Amino acid sequence: MTAIPYTTVIGLEVHVQLKTKSKLFCGCSTEFGAPPNTQVCPVCTGQPGALPVMNQRAIELALLTGMALNCRIDEVTKWDRKNYFYPDLPKGYQISQFDQPICGAGYLEFPDPDQPEKLMRVRLTRAHLEEDAGKSMHDEAAGKADSRIDLNRTGTPLLEIVSEPDLRSAQAAKAYLTELRLLLTFLGVSDCNMQEGSLRADANVNLHIEQDGRSIATPIVEIKNLNSFRAVERAISYESQRQYDLWKATGQELGRAPKQTRGWDDTAGVTQPQREKEESSDYRYFPDPDLVPIRITAAQLSAAEKALGELPSAARQRLETTHELKAYDADVIVSQGKGMVVYFDKAIEAGAPARRVSSWLQQDVLRTLNEKNLTIEKFPVTAKQLAELLIAIEAGKLDNSRAKTVFAFWLEHPKADLAMAMNELGIETVDDGVLETLCRELLEEHPQIVEQVKAGNLKGLGSLIGAAKKKNPNADPKQVRDLCQKLIMSN
Amino acid sequence: MKLEELSAVELGRRIAARELSSREVTLYFLDRANRLDGELNAFIHIDSEEGLRLAESADNAISHGDVASPLAGVPVAIKDVLCTSSMPTTCGSKMLEHYQPPYTATAVKNLTRAGLVPIGKTNMDEFAMGGSTETSHFGLTRNPWAKDRTPGGSSGGAAASLAAGMVPLSIGSDTGGSVRQPAAFCGVCGIKPTYGRISRHGLVAFASSLDQVGPLAHYVEDVAAILQLLSGHDNRDSTSLKQPVPRFTAELNKSLKGIRVGVIHEHLEHEALDSEVRAAVLDGQRVLEDLGATLVDVTLPHTKYSVPTYYLVAPSEASGNLSRYDGVHFGFRSRVSAALESPLDAMIARSRSLGFGAEVRRRVMLGTFALSAGYYDAYYKKALQVRRLIANDYRAAFERVDVLLGPVTPRPAFQLGENTDDPVRMYLEDLFTVGANLAGIPAMSIPAGFTAGGLPLALHLEGPAFGESRLLNVAYQLQQAKFFNAKLAPV
Repeated sequence: MTAIPYTTVIGLEVHVQLKTKSKLFCGCSTEFGAPPNTQVCPVCTGQPGALPVMNQRAIELALLTGMALNCRIDEVTKWDRKNYFYPDLPKGYQISQFDQPICGAGYLEFPDPDQPEKLMRVRLTRAHLEEDAGKSMHDEAAGKADSRIDLNRTGTPLLEIVSEPDLRSAQAAKAYLTELRLLLTFLGVSDCNMQEGSLRADANVNLHIEQDGRSIATPIVEIKNLNSFRAVERAISYESQRQYDLWKATGQELGRAPKQTRGWDDTAGVTQPQREKEESSDYRYFPDPDLVPIRITAAQLSAAEKALGELPSAARQRLETTHELKAYDADVIVSQGKGMVVYFDKAIEAGAPARRVSSWLQQDVLRTLNEKNLTIEKFPVTAKQLAELLIAIEAGKLDNSRAKTVFAFWLEHPKADLAMAMNELGIETVDDGVLETLCRELLEEHPQIVEQVKAGNLKGLGSLIGAAKKKNPNADPKQVRDLCQKLIMSN
Repeated sequence: MKLEELSAVELGRRIAARELSSREVTLYFLDRANRLDGELNAFIHIDSEEGLRLAESADNAISHGDVASPLAGVPVAIKDVLCTSSMPTTCGSKMLEHYQPPYTATAVKNLTRAGLVPIGKTNMDEFAMGGSTETSHFGLTRNPWAKDRTPGGSSGGAAASLAAGMVPLSIGSDTGGSVRQPAAFCGVCGIKPTYGRISRHGLVAFASSLDQVGPLAHYVEDVAAILQLLSGHDNRDSTSLKQPVPRFTAELNKSLKGIRVGVIHEHLEHEALDSEVRAAVLDGQRVLEDLGATLVDVTLPHTKYSVPTYYLVAPSEASGNLSRYDGVHFGFRSRVSAALESPLDAMIARSRSLGFGAEVRRRVMLGTFALSAGYYDAYYKKALQVRRLIANDYRAAFERVDVLLGPVTPRPAFQLGENTDDPVRMYLEDLFTVGANLAGIPAMSIPAGFTAGGLPLALHLEGPAFGESRLLNVAYQLQQAKFFNAKLAPV
């Protein structure tokens, strides 16, 4: 039996922890990693009588994100209670947003992983604020041992960004998440650290199978708790195959299979999935009477607009047009984050040629960052230093290999300027007269090479370079080669 | 000297003048409370030690010329729905039988900052759900005027402790009449201020959009004085009013000449209205006319929907507010048999089933139902719409009149046990009081003599939002002209 063609349809729900100092509805710290239950108060532990008071900073960060994601932002937004029992939810309800989220429909554009010169657009349904729950820790090893609950995380502000099911492959889903994380870190609204849980993704996956001229949708499965981008990619790939196999075995289609815990969607292209309707009613959402609706002012919107800064897509565009980088190169630099773009810009500002900066950033700088596990913000060689080095190369004062020596020296001695480094390393520019004397000596010492070159075999010139470096390590290989050839030919 | 016959303001004056010490006043009332409570059960907790400590500290401050307020050194009873870090806070429930809050409610803090001396926590219907103080886990409270009758509820302990002269001041809370109805049944004054006037921070929530703290006292001037200390914006409560607090005592003596008093047709002509209660209202009308007021007939056309609306809004909010009592973080936890299939679900379900009494369970179920899938629009949402209509009725009425006069309850204090098996009949007792909560307006109950059988009668005054000063003015003039219970209950 031959394989039947199908498309994987994916929508992502991403929870991002907003980088506020205090929690969404109380003054407790949001710092990660404190001993359990040390960052709690009557509000976030849900003590009787305690009331939530909104953190204005969370609203600002959500507005900033909404604007960067091209979202519709309504004048009024409000808080709702989502009711469910769970031990790490001390109030028995989560304060969330139901029908009037702070950010409405929007979209995210990013380079298509299959055709980098094209943009892929993923529509966003909404982005809403809500409070995080605590963490339950179960002592699996001990079997019957008690479960423990840490409420430090309870009440941390989350922005849930919900995409439309616009993604068609595991790779595309990963690319979307990568771009979303890049955007959020550009904005500085979140650390987006999946290990610490400051970015969490759930994927809704199903298949559209083409058979006998009709499109069959398989039941939607929500995949939860994906802890790395690789996990997202692998889980979706696996889920696609599983759903395909299941469909071949059972023929189960969307809406016709028996109800599962992960729920179901309506037939593709039609209204909201039925599963969500039922589920949302089970949560018995209603407006939280402890909080007042929020009016978003024009002043808040313009403040957010001013705070946006350059977004990744604009940075890519600028690197390509203003600095004439190839799309691929611009993408590599921008993908490293805002710090790398700032570093690039500073190097250019200091007079370094863009393409040389681009190639050094992608090779020496990136490699060093990876090896030393550093961020560009903490990189010992400043953009100005690097620019000085690249200008010297461009001016022919230094060859690439000597420049790399300086670069390596700087990593150990970050305070030294170029002159100091060259002095320390014994690097100096060889003047023309000295170089000519050196070359003439070389030709006298290697008559057989002179003969070869005269006979048209230029290979021997290479060994002259090695010999020249032994005599004077500062000799520029290209200059030695060119001058030797010229002297032989003119004889 | 019979201190229980003095007003709280007079006690405060004598303490400030050092004619009396707070310690001797506090000891006096503690003695009365301890002596009388065996029969009445108005208190859940009497804290002599903490009361005397606070009294001594008030005396100490006063001896240094530091008189924190006109009521400094005066004892006060606190309804056991307000969190106190120095005393347990049970809400009259087995669920919170051993609960010790880690913080103190703003309202209570405001009182202790003003030098008042909380001496105990008063009995109440469980979680303030009820109108008879019969649903308390700690036993029912008796009406000091007729011990086979209810003191009303839910602030039954607050009103009874006052009527029996166990304290000169008492703090209650009013969600649908819980201050005014017991005040009426016990022959004392009680006010529910404008929604948001007194901070709800630390008031254990029943129905957040309706709950208000309210003081009770024998004298209108005492109500004004303590309301002054309780009121004001609190940044720990988002629904707390930012409006400046007027001087409530300033207008007590203002003439009533020319004020327009609305007579609510739907209340005065209600078929359930007892003839003696009706006669008291007519008497009140005549006294007001004698004082120069003009009577105006007004209509609140949606009155008949107020009880059904209240019994959808309040239980809906309660179902969420009471979700935190799940046996996990605080409160009663049931033991679970290991044979049950889900220990977690069983623990939550059994803790709630055993920790809550029948009335609380009934309202939680009612609210859960009203918010459920498919019923939300028909019940909760519809109730919110009708609530707006009820508020509009009041708004329209207050365009024509300054205050409304009517009955607090359909009849005087009923027999203990009389409504126990008929919750709907019990709910209908709230007929005249829930409107003020639904509309968020201030309302007050003042004594109006006695029935032929010796039961207290009362008048209900309602005013527009922020209109407490006018209510207190009218109440004070009525008190001075005729309606003052000079005698204490025969205990």
